[in-house]
Amino acid sequence: MHVLALDFPPISHLIRWPTIFGSGVWAVNKVVLLEWLAVILVLWFFFAARKGALVPSGVQNLAEAVVDFIRNDIILQTVGSEGLYWTPFLLTLFAFIFVGNIFEVIPVIQMPVNARMALPFFMTAIVFIIYHYLGVRHQGLFGYFKSMLFPPGVPKALYILVSPIEFLTFFFTRPLSLAVRLFANMLAGHLLLATFAILTAALFTSTYIGAVIPGALLVALYGFEVLVSVLQAFIFTILTAVYIGGAMHPEH
Amino acid sequence: MHVLLAQNPGELQAGLTAVGRGIVYGGAAIGPGIGIGIVVGNAITAMARQPEAAGVARTTMFLGIAFTEALALFGFVLAFIISG
Repeated sequence: MHVLALDFPPISHLIRWPTIFGSGVWAVNKVVLLEWLAVILVLWFFFAARKGALVPSGVQNLAEAVVDFIRNDIILQTVGSEGLYWTPFLLTLFAFIFVGNIFEVIPVIQMPVNARMALPFFMTAIVFIIYHYLGVRHQGLFGYFKSMLFPPGVPKALYILVSPIEFLTFFFTRPLSLAVRLFANMLAGHLLLATFAILTAALFTSTYIGAVIPGALLVALYGFEVLVSVLQAFIFTILTAVYIGGAMHPEH
Repeated sequence: MHVLLAQNPGELQAGLTAVGRGIVYGGAAIGPGIGIGIVVGNAITAMARQPEAAGVARTTMFLGIAFTEALALFGFVLAFIISG
């Protein structure tokens, strides 16, 4: 079934994995199993970190570092202290996206969950609902649309041009780019690693020496993809925080 | 072209689709390539001038890269969506 990445799967299984069990909308394939694994890992991480020892050690240490990072480097920089209410949400988002991404470089798993559109799309839908809800709650329906469509400091005549662009930005470009950025980055990384791995293997079986350069590049790209995994989780989270912050305090 | 089309329409279409994909992704990568260069260059200038503000500059740089990069990624996805 090629669920473990112990040999090269057929090229069609790079993204579209066959069903393992179930059928129809309940079909379970490798990606679904990995999503469950990601949920379990994130839950385990949080429960293991709940001990609350005064001198942290082990998992608690790591968890406190992550919370500190979300709090100081993401929320306080973009939303301010009012945004601390959203720490658990952003923390879960960051941890889940990161675990889903890092599956890309873990041996025998080798499949980023976020390289399928379903998960980024669903998370973006949640973020979309949250920032519009917050905007309406903090500024009122009329005030929210006014600050969205008529940003202050623009000459009156330009509103003909600015208002439609702002409308498209809030309702179309923001969610689309948020979802597509995560999805496309992980898909591109996965395809890149698969291409170089296949190239290296093919060159190794034909000419041993020819595989040196692609093999070295493959190792370097693994390191790069670890960076991309962290960075994409960070960017998704910080953009969510920026959108939440923008909905809570409009520009004056 | 006419001869090819008469002999083998499917092959011509597949070839033109591949060319179109290349053009779409290549075209989509031009602007963001220049844009990311400008963003990172200016962020480095800012960090070099004020090392104590490097943290803020780095966060903002990643945000700027993310916004700029989105256009290239749209092109990447569009290249996959195009089918013959």
